Amino acid sequence: MQAIKTMGLVKRYKNLTAVDNLNLEIQQGELFSLLGVNGAGKTTTIKMLSCLTKPTSGDAIVGGYSITKEPEQVKRLIGVSPQETAVAPNLSVKENLELICGIHGFSKEKTKAKIRELSEQFTLDTVLQRKAGKLSGGFQRRVSIAMALISEPQILFLDEPTLGLDVIARHDLWEVIYSLKGKITIILTTHYMEEAEALSDRIGIMKSGHLLAVGTVEELNRKAHTNDFETAFVSIVKEGAL
Amino acid sequence: MRMMTFAKRCTKEILRDPINLGFGLGFPLVLLLLLSSLQANIPVSLFEIDTLTPGITVFGLSFMTLFSATLIAKDRESALLQRLYTTPLTGLDFIIGYMLPILPIALGQTIICYLFAIPLGLTFSINIIYAVIGIIPMAIFNIALGLLFGSILGVKQVGGICGALLTNLSAWLSGVWFDLELVGGFFEKLANVLPFVHAAELEKALFHGDFEAAASHIMPIIIYSVFATVVAVFCFLGQMKKQ
Repeated sequence: MQAIKTMGLVKRYKNLTAVDNLNLEIQQGELFSLLGVNGAGKTTTIKMLSCLTKPTSGDAIVGGYSITKEPEQVKRLIGVSPQETAVAPNLSVKENLELICGIHGFSKEKTKAKIRELSEQFTLDTVLQRKAGKLSGGFQRRVSIAMALISEPQILFLDEPTLGLDVIARHDLWEVIYSLKGKITIILTTHYMEEAEALSDRIGIMKSGHLLAVGTVEELNRKAHTNDFETAFVSIVKEGAL
Repeated sequence: MRMMTFAKRCTKEILRDPINLGFGLGFPLVLLLLLSSLQANIPVSLFEIDTLTPGITVFGLSFMTLFSATLIAKDRESALLQRLYTTPLTGLDFIIGYMLPILPIALGQTIICYLFAIPLGLTFSINIIYAVIGIIPMAIFNIALGLLFGSILGVKQVGGICGALLTNLSAWLSGVWFDLELVGGFFEKLANVLPFVHAAELEKALFHGDFEAAASHIMPIIIYSVFATVVAVFCFLGQMKKQ
């Protein structure tokens, strides 16, 4: 069953076409990565699918609802962890989680249970009382993803979740993301080849707003006649859709 | 419920910022202390504690603009707002959530100023309560300005516009520091068109129990408050849509 289907999605900013005629289908429970260099249109795509930006034309069905006609219903189904760390810095980790629970109308009991569950899942127990703004980049991203999961979303958008993290923090976060695989649909943007390769069921390669190729790592490698995914990515990006 | 959760978070963010507290609450008190000491040595009627304190409470409100504008601008820059825009929070939840927590802070600041001034010689009377209540329209004006500037400016610009320019404008144009009639001309006319001097005069009148004089100053403040709130809501919703 499809979790997301985009139909000729376009986003234009004055003279720049950030996303051009995007047609894409993502299945339920799939971890789909949008891979591309800076300015490829990955973040704009996520912003449109999460109803943060209206498309210039086209539409997308997210969890059965149109992003242009039914954004409120879409918002109830999704969780978003933006590219920059989106936590309230002067609030403790626990208060950040409570904030999102409160916004989603959780009872006190449900809030407590949810915080317990997420702090175990993301190993946040030791930092629950610490101010979010004082945590390391890796922990802030964990908190950010935990906050996105509070509403028990069917679809989770992770925009460059490991950007700027050191190698250990990145691998720790990969484990967290990997643990979510299959439970919910995840759309992840990244420009790290190894991240897309390690985590994704399928990968979409974008360049200058165009979706050049979609497939599993093996399929993309085959398409580029190579066994190395980085080489495949470079060939696809340099030579268009091959 | 949703809105109150968000408002609670905004209160915590403001009250946990030591710079906010230091400037917002400390600075007006330091001014009260300094100017009343000055008045004790060189008597100036403008700096008599019963005249000075109501004026200082109005001046202190300019920090409320700084608080709310800084919070909103920071939220916008940190992508926290972007995250919250993907939740069921509505535009109204955001606007009230940002504005509501600052009102009790403004009232708290006013009460602290009056309480602080009592040992300095302020006449203690029931009128202090009227003066505290009377500050609400001007507090709303300042909070709305914060919503407006926070919606259109970045954190650094907010520091310059609200932290430096607005606090100075509010000080000069309120007639708290010097008699506007002595300056006269365009400056006096401009001051009378803007709400700052009316707010200071309203406070003084309420503190002295002169309700007739108070009534003559309240209308311009209410008009400015309503106007600023409408423009601020419009700008906030505009940037929300843009996001």
